[in-house]
Amino acid sequence: MTESDRALQALVGDSADRPIKDEEWDLSSITIVPGVDKSGKPEAHEQITMQKGEVVCIVGPTGSGKSRLLADIEWLARADTPTRRTILINGREPDPDARYTGNRLVAQLSQNMNFVMDVAVREFLELHAQSRGIDMDEARVGDVILAANELAGEPLSGDSQLTELSGGQSRALMIADTALLSSSPIVLIDEIENAGIDRTQAIELLRGAEKIVLAATHDPALALLAQRRIVIANGGIRSVQARSPAEEELARRLSVRDEFSRSLRNALRTGGDLDSFLDPSRWAPSECP
Amino acid sequence: MKLVTVAGPPSCGKTSVIIRTILELRARGRNAGVVKFDCLSTDDDERYRTFEIPVGKGLSQSTCPDHYFATNIEEAFRWGEDSGFDILFTESAGLCNRCSPHLKSVVAVAIVDNLSGVTTPRKVGPMLKTADIVAITKGDIVSQAEREVFATHVRIANRKAKIIPVNGLNGQGAFELSRLIVESANEVSTVTGLRLRFPMPSAVCSYCLGERRIGAQHQIGNVTPLQLEAV
Repeated sequence: MTESDRALQALVGDSADRPIKDEEWDLSSITIVPGVDKSGKPEAHEQITMQKGEVVCIVGPTGSGKSRLLADIEWLARADTPTRRTILINGREPDPDARYTGNRLVAQLSQNMNFVMDVAVREFLELHAQSRGIDMDEARVGDVILAANELAGEPLSGDSQLTELSGGQSRALMIADTALLSSSPIVLIDEIENAGIDRTQAIELLRGAEKIVLAATHDPALALLAQRRIVIANGGIRSVQARSPAEEELARRLSVRDEFSRSLRNALRTGGDLDSFLDPSRWAPSECP
Repeated sequence: MKLVTVAGPPSCGKTSVIIRTILELRARGRNAGVVKFDCLSTDDDERYRTFEIPVGKGLSQSTCPDHYFATNIEEAFRWGEDSGFDILFTESAGLCNRCSPHLKSVVAVAIVDNLSGVTTPRKVGPMLKTADIVAITKGDIVSQAEREVFATHVRIANRKAKIIPVNGLNGQGAFELSRLIVESANEVSTVTGLRLRFPMPSAVCSYCLGERRIGAQHQIGNVTPLQLEAV
């Protein structure tokens, strides 16, 4: 046996299937300590602390620095990124090695994401669970599918092929899987405006799973679901706005509109009667288009 | 000068990631260049020039690409020093997955992409398994679950590496990668005498020497017979 053969044997043996078991995040809050904007001017806001189950929206023009803020969070910035921000976990600076743990801090969901694995939904969920060292019994598979089906119009099953799901079904499964199977305590939602799913319910599912939800969006219905909005300009956080009672009313009306469109779409799809959609006792004309 | 070896399967996004990383380094006043090693042809030198990144190109042509790397890294290093770089990147495509350009005491980066399938990290071999840093690309187009499963397979293949997601298109993660490289890379005064992290395959056989005929009588040197079991 040559040196080459021995080295190869050792290398292949080394990758034997010892399972990976990462420490899970024990996170109850994250805090953004202000840094500077693109011009080097200090950000004027107070420290922003977000708790488990909280939804915070990030707004600002394209290129204003939304992605940088999210990258600062994911990277657990310690005044060592272009913004000089610092991210605290549970009020303290985390261990620097936490940056490279296999369990990412932030899970991401966006409209541009697709499933590329060529497997059935059940097998996909089992693979995901396995990668985290969780046992995936039939009941847990059922939980995720049930949650997904509550978000999308058309139901999927464990036998559905991933690559054959519709856009809405894919998005619904991604959200349900992230809520129930992902270990990341923070979920970033980027542009799910036209995803064909019930967004209010999607956010509620993630909140219920004790995630901190950060939504980067230009969509008023989604933006107003959050109790707070972070406004970004010129690479910095310009302000943090709390949702006012008037905005809460706006949010309620927007969700009625959403519900109106969804019900109308479902009625259309199933060949139902559309006349009732003009019934003012069911849908107040002032709130619906 | 700091030296960084970057390797990964074809089309995984090596050039895009290196470009984004060098732009981040440049924004912080560091002068970096690249030597691109490839086999038959490459247009990637043009892509580097588009971003005004100094680039040298080496094509292995009829020799094994990784052997070609090993025999030319001194010249690449000399070029980098003469050009006055703070950091020199070498980029090489792992063509058969058997070898790796990574050198002891030189920071080693492997690049793999989320689209390549979950078992790929375990097939890639020493260029991934012996790397210090693994950058995973194309995470923006696959689901969260698939990213997690893929990253787990990378960690099964290489338990010690620092793993970092990088988006070669918009540069997300490139700043972090540039920091990691600057923190991990040693100043190298010469590459002469450095050792490869992993030995090249046992050679030489008659085909290395240009033989084209099939048949035992034409085979000399290192030959490994395949034995398939009857079905």
